[in-house]
Amino acid sequence: MSQTTTFEQPNTGTWDGGNEPFKVSYGKLMMWFFLLSDTFTFGAFLTTYGLARHRHRAYEGTADAFTFSTEWWPIPDKVFNAFPGFHGVDWPLAFVALMTMILILSSVTMVLAVEAGHRMDKNDVQKWLLWTILFGSMFLGCQAWEWSHFIAGTEEGMKLADGSVIHGANLIVNQYGPPLFADLFFFITGFHGTHVFSGVVLLIMIFINTVNGVYHRRGHYEMVEKVGLYWHFVDLVWVFVFTFFYLV
Amino acid sequence: MASHSHHTDEFAHSGEIPKPQTRVIWKTFFILCGLTAIEFAFAFMMEPGSLRNAIFIGLTLFKAFYIVAEFMHLKHETKGLIWAVLVPTVLLIWLLVALLVEGTFYGESVFNYFD
Repeated sequence: MSQTTTFEQPNTGTWDGGNEPFKVSYGKLMMWFFLLSDTFTFGAFLTTYGLARHRHRAYEGTADAFTFSTEWWPIPDKVFNAFPGFHGVDWPLAFVALMTMILILSSVTMVLAVEAGHRMDKNDVQKWLLWTILFGSMFLGCQAWEWSHFIAGTEEGMKLADGSVIHGANLIVNQYGPPLFADLFFFITGFHGTHVFSGVVLLIMIFINTVNGVYHRRGHYEMVEKVGLYWHFVDLVWVFVFTFFYLV
Repeated sequence: MASHSHHTDEFAHSGEIPKPQTRVIWKTFFILCGLTAIEFAFAFMMEPGSLRNAIFIGLTLFKAFYIVAEFMHLKHETKGLIWAVLVPTVLLIWLLVALLVEGTFYGESVFNYFD
């Protein structure tokens, strides 16, 4: 009996849990630390990319004369230049620009949902969460197209010394350059895409909870904030992937 | 936001919903779009090289700052939390640079030894 009363005592002392030095809840703090650990994972991927790229020769001729070869690392503008519906047209980086815009927009709608949550505005939270789910799914669809185009390759392909032609890419061989180029494309964008997919699943879950009024009864929309932190992190990772994979 | 549990109580039961405050959010959005546009301008109007790469990395860090500070709200958290996130990140960036520089040197000296 005395034990139960001890458990029911609220912890108010400075050294037994009554103090919040960071002024954030346990869940939000752990989300921050999880994201920090996730940074390590993506950091490892980008380091691997940098090292693999340094181990291969850079292309030295003019951009117009560029051809795919296993001798050198490809120029990203020449690999990612296709756009759905415009077959064979050279639009360097246009599609990836669109994907970047979609993801930044989804980040904005997410932060608008968080803002609406602070005001306890259930309708606005629903509206902005739906937009975020829409943009997130659009990004995933774009990535699916990007992957299928990368795997299928172009009609010209890459001519080998023995006269045979390689089209597209897999983990062993690809038409764009050294095998590691396609491997790192699959692993880095794939790992990021998996994060986006998990984010969309989380967003759908909190959307259902919001519609059911779970957070309104709870008195706060902190779960939206926590998923929001994750979603912005996914956007943040894309900013880095975009720079190091598509621009540099 | 750290103090959400306090200021939600003020109107949670009154039924009145305050007006949205979205000026900063849209401003951040336009800054991010602008920085991305500048990156594209450099990608097409400048010859590849270390200077262009440095510009790209600088602009990327700017974008990262706006996303983390405004969207993830870190700028408005307590100093302790800001440092708890920032210090490991800075150490990680140091590690990445060290791995790249040393790894490239090691790779060149080992693989080119037999050439």
